[in-house]
Amino acid sequence: MPLPARPLARAPGGEARLSRQPRSQRSRLRLARRRPRLPLAATMPNSVLWAVDLFGRVYTLSTAGQYWELCKDAQLEFKRVSATTQCCWGIACDNQVYVYVCASDVPIRRREEAYENQRWNPVGGFCEKLLLSDRWLWSDVSGLQHRPLDGVALPSPHWEWESDWYVDENFGGEPTEKGGWTYAIDFPATYTRDKKWNSCVRRRKWIRYRRYKSRDIWAKIPSKDDPKELPDPFNDLSVGGWEIMEEPVGRLSVWAVSLQGRVWYREDVSHSNPEGSSWSLLDTPGEVVQISCGPHDLLWATLWEGQALVREGINRSNPKGSSWSIVEPPGSENGIMHVSVGVSVVWAVTKDRKVWFRRGVNSHNPCGTSWIEMVGEMTMVNVGMNDQVWGIGCEDRAVYFRQGVTPSELSGKTWKAIVVARECDRSHSGSSSSLLSAGCFFGDEVRGSGESAPSDTDASSEIERPGPGQPLPAEPLDDSRNPTGSLASGPGAGRTTEDTVEDACPAKSGREARLDTHPGQASTLAELPWTNIDLKEPKKVPSHSAASFPETNSLSSLGILPLGLEEPYGADDHPLWAWVSAGGCAVEACAVPRWFTVQAGLSPSVQTLSLSITPAQTAAWRKQIFQQLTERTKRELENFRHYEQAVEQSVWVKTGALQWWCDWKPHKWLDVRVALEQFTGHDGARDSILFIYYVVHEEKKYIHMFLNEVTALVPVLNETKHSFALYTPERTRQRWPVRLAAATEQDMNDWLALLSLSCCESRKVQGRPSPQAIWSVTCKGDIFVSEPSLDLEAHEHPLPCDQMFWRQMGGHLRVVEANSRGVVWGLGYDHTAWVYTGGYGGGCFQGLASSTSNIYTQSDVKCVHIYENQRWNPVTGYTSRGLPTDRYMWSDASGLQECTKAGTKPPSLQWAWVSDWFVDFSVPGGTDQEGWQYASDFPASYHGSKTMKDFVRRRCWARKCKLVTSGPWLEVAPIALRDVSIIPESPSAEGSGHSIALWAISDKGDVLCRLGVSELNPAGSSWLHVGTDQPFMSISIGACYQVWAVARDGSAFYRGSVYPSQPAGDCWYHIPPPPRQRLKQVSVGQTSVYALDDNGNLWYRQGITPSYPQGSSWEHVSNNVCRVSVGPLDQVWVIASKVQGSHSLSRGTVCHRTGVQPHEPKGQGWDYGIGGGWDHISVRANATRGPRSSSQEQEPSAPPEAYGPICC
Amino acid sequence: MHYPIGLLFDLLASSSALPWNITVHFKSFPEKDLLHCPSKDAIEAHFMSCMKEADALKHKSQVINEMQKKDHKQLWMGLQNDRFDQFWAINRKLMEYPAEENGFRYIPFRIYQTTTERPFIQKLFRPVAADGQLHTLGDLLKEVCPSAVAPEDGEKKNQVMIHGIEPMLETPLQWLSEHLSYPDNFLHISIIPQPTD
Repeated sequence: MPLPARPLARAPGGEARLSRQPRSQRSRLRLARRRPRLPLAATMPNSVLWAVDLFGRVYTLSTAGQYWELCKDAQLEFKRVSATTQCCWGIACDNQVYVYVCASDVPIRRREEAYENQRWNPVGGFCEKLLLSDRWLWSDVSGLQHRPLDGVALPSPHWEWESDWYVDENFGGEPTEKGGWTYAIDFPATYTRDKKWNSCVRRRKWIRYRRYKSRDIWAKIPSKDDPKELPDPFNDLSVGGWEIMEEPVGRLSVWAVSLQGRVWYREDVSHSNPEGSSWSLLDTPGEVVQISCGPHDLLWATLWEGQALVREGINRSNPKGSSWSIVEPPGSENGIMHVSVGVSVVWAVTKDRKVWFRRGVNSHNPCGTSWIEMVGEMTMVNVGMNDQVWGIGCEDRAVYFRQGVTPSELSGKTWKAIVVARECDRSHSGSSSSLLSAGCFFGDEVRGSGESAPSDTDASSEIERPGPGQPLPAEPLDDSRNPTGSLASGPGAGRTTEDTVEDACPAKSGREARLDTHPGQASTLAELPWTNIDLKEPKKVPSHSAASFPETNSLSSLGILPLGLEEPYGADDHPLWAWVSAGGCAVEACAVPRWFTVQAGLSPSVQTLSLSITPAQTAAWRKQIFQQLTERTKRELENFRHYEQAVEQSVWVKTGALQWWCDWKPHKWLDVRVALEQFTGHDGARDSILFIYYVVHEEKKYIHMFLNEVTALVPVLNETKHSFALYTPERTRQRWPVRLAAATEQDMNDWLALLSLSCCESRKVQGRPSPQAIWSVTCKGDIFVSEPSLDLEAHEHPLPCDQMFWRQMGGHLRVVEANSRGVVWGLGYDHTAWVYTGGYGGGCFQGLASSTSNIYTQSDVKCVHIYENQRWNPVTGYTSRGLPTDRYMWSDASGLQECTKAGTKPPSLQWAWVSDWFVDFSVPGGTDQEGWQYASDFPASYHGSKTMKDFVRRRCWARKCKLVTSGPWLEVAPIALRDVSIIPESPSAEGSGHSIALWAISDKGDVLCRLGVSELNPAGSSWLHVGTDQPFMSISIGACYQVWAVARDGSAFYRGSVYPSQPAGDCWYHIPPPPRQRLKQVSVGQTSVYALDDNGNLWYRQGITPSYPQGSSWEHVSNNVCRVSVGPLDQVWVIASKVQGSHSLSRGTVCHRTGVQPHEPKGQGWDYGIGGGWDHISVRANATRGPRSSSQEQEPSAPPEAYGPICC
Repeated sequence: MHYPIGLLFDLLASSSALPWNITVHFKSFPEKDLLHCPSKDAIEAHFMSCMKEADALKHKSQVINEMQKKDHKQLWMGLQNDRFDQFWAINRKLMEYPAEENGFRYIPFRIYQTTTERPFIQKLFRPVAADGQLHTLGDLLKEVCPSAVAPEDGEKKNQVMIHGIEPMLETPLQWLSEHLSYPDNFLHISIIPQPTD
């Protein structure tokens, strides 16, 4: 008998709405409401460059922005900053260390735990009286440390308690008896949740959360260390090491140098402990003046004498490294005064300001081999993410970016100055921040609408609205907005237009052309190589003599410059910089921000240009042109409207040579000729046939396919072949598509685009998918959409789902979730969240079958894993020499395929490596220090420590690869997500008033609720964090605001009291998983709740009633399921892991539950649809049920497509 | 000759009654007068070379060279399939110019006259005068084809036709180039005798 679920002790605090939002974000939201068409997220991930000017003021420059923004907390003056994506460390002018943790919608929470221990005695039962030998009454988990609740203090003033202490009633996924007690025979022992006859002791866990509150301000690192070891004032500081290990999340290496030249390391810095715990001193062979820590294991420092110190032996188990080696400077007369390191590069500046690049640096040889002199003179250089390099020019004190740094050319090509202004230079008014955002925003708007203007009425009406930085257009003569009218303004199109020509559109496009700077050309001035830049001696910069040492540079400048000089610099001069840190700035060689040109809309020349066409001037000739065009159209076209269109009736053919995976055994690729014949009927409809001509036994044969029967075209890219598969309903049933391969990727894309266009034409499917569309994703990350027909969810004779037509959308996703109000979200393999923009096409369909706007660049990153296998032998221990029967010493996970480091390629040609091979320590089962997992033999279950019985071991190597494509998606920055769910709504529901409920799980397991999601603003505005006591994995919200989730321990949770007015609900109810199963996914429809466990079993939640929404028990529905989606009609769709067809077996098949009725919500059987590599489906947008057929009385015989439960 | 059909109409038949009757010949191709395009590919190549020539004049070929092959394809497919939005999505970029400039480097134009043997006039002509003043259609004609412009007081003998209309001679050339160019990005201007009636 299942236990009824009880509300858990409230996990408090987490639900509080975060009122503090970055100012810029708030102002962006305001703009969003006004102009919802363009989604908000920047097309480029928004990361920032940090810099300090000569006055110690800290500025940030966003990769999506065009102004230096003064740091939000501008109280302090700084001499050093060192940034990462999540925070920035700095040394202020008081020589104290500060950390600036960027604000986020997800709070930094840390759990404190204490155990209450009790012993049973015959008199009073369980009581607080313990034996003398026992542990403390209040202790930590081990029982060794005394830990009274009121003795647990906040570590620093930057933390606050979220709530009071409360008892944790969840014990390993199972709810405990009242009070949260767990029982054991004696301390220390194994505790159980049930009280037995021999339970003599019991304990319970109290938990309390504390929250880091000092976000978006500089928080002083308290120096409460031992007075003897108290570091002297700090002089330099560097943060890095975030790639050394994944655990704990956000771990950082923070290194500092004191004025006395000693090196300090900050212990325990991570995301959940942003301040770290204490400073520890490291011995150095000399007096250190400056230090630089790379993202990975590189750490260099400079010595007073001008040599460089290189730290060796930095790795996961020892992030502090083990020893120093010395690298001599490039020349004996000029020592090194500054170094900066990246993942595999070292840059240095010598005392004569020359810039040097260290050749041959990598993990195995952190010292590198030799120095190469680079062009340019800098006071400092800084290596940021992706080994991109930044510097501060020696004479002009400008920030320079090293252009052309790529993995193959790490030293780059030229220095390019950043010419953007500070926001304060633009506007001296108080609301500079919102103005800034507005400026950026309108810059984007001009660009964006330029793309869509010619055919988009809405866009043209958008642009009619004048805004700041957008001069008023010439007065239109005619106010009517006719979208096709703009045709006349296009070159050569005047002849074909049939519409009245009017003035508005040409005026608009003329204006666009003027406002649209072409970055490539506009930047020519700034692109000049360093050597050609006419360096102007800044008027008031103190000239740095060669004798001044780097660590005193900024200090001396600060000291020498009287504060009174501040004003002359402010307005007319460009900012003078002292320090730059790019550790949190993600710039890639292929997509450099627009920082190097003076932006359009601001440059005076542009404004004068636009103004040069004044209404007075234009009136005469413009009026005359449009008048004439109108007359001409009337004369030449109007009178001939009744003429029949000269539609080509002929056959249009594309032929080519492809390869075909033949139907008979042995299967192999055959060279074939392929011809696509396109007919155009009298009604203008097109139909196409694809012929495949092949030769077998010297006999010429062919097969043909009608494209109007094709149900899906799936690219099947792998390392070697550019192939694609064509499915028809019959081929779907056979599990045997027609597979064709092209010689080149281009060739394949051409065929795919053309065939896809033909399929869509013959089915008259085009444009944006309807809001009810069914979305799915294949294991390759390709996105497919199907328009649900009316009878798809009909009670009787529903459309067999092998007849559904799927068309591809551009982009690359792992998960996609939709809702019937047109809100679609996707998640990438790298957990990036994306929102659908309303476009279509993109990817390989660019150009032909693609919308001209709303298509953006999209990228995704995933890891490729291979395994290193070793066998133990008595003489040499573990070696890479196995038994002859063993698997390959380098293999895939199964051991069947050989996969060497050198021989393993990215999954397809779309992917490119972006990292080197690294050991993956996060494999299930755990690893030892070197990443090995042990087992008695291959294949077996592996564990993380070596025992006597183990004779083999393996370790997992991973390598990151990246794909760049395009599609109708925009990033929802900055929080990465693991799962997302949007409320399903039926069209009858009056839902358009309130916002659309959207819940998500962050990649760290936080539960989040998105606020402000609507049709007009599908990206929403901000996250609301919902507190949990453990990380979550999956979430789903039903049509009646039932929120179900699955936690990492495999149990389910129900969120109580979620309403539109209370979007985050009030508390979690714990729901145990089915016996001996761990749940991994949950999906909630109108009323049905389905969950999926780790073993592929699908469970239905029984006994759910409005008054008892948690239900009573799990009922098994089916096995062989790897993903489930329940829709607003309670329709159940799954991805089945294996399905046998008549020709072959396919993995990852879309299946539809048949016979789902209100009185039989579990349904009867499965109907199999498209398959072969499908990973994910969302039917949650389809709320259209076909009309009930009149033949109600007819006995519903089992539909032919309903086979029993899937079995494989 | 390989003129756009609209240009041929302006040049040869603007006064004839509509609809325009065209005689299509299927044999005796005038190899001497016309370049024979044996295939669709040849036509495409010819069209693209015109575009490239125009961009060489406008942007030193920088824009067209920065485009990808598929962009070029899209230009052609857009034209071929009569899909203006497709075409313009790419062609738009060819109509831009740097903010610090006031227009293109040179205006790609061709002036056709029925009265002369010369097929057309094509010269380097900047959209902006040295003093920053925008050049007009009139400026262009005065410079490269003075015979087409009537003297101040004289009788108007010629029509200056673009897309079947007569823009005023005061129209800025840069504007014309951006808005009345043919798909090949050239401004095709026909000079035809003023109808006598």
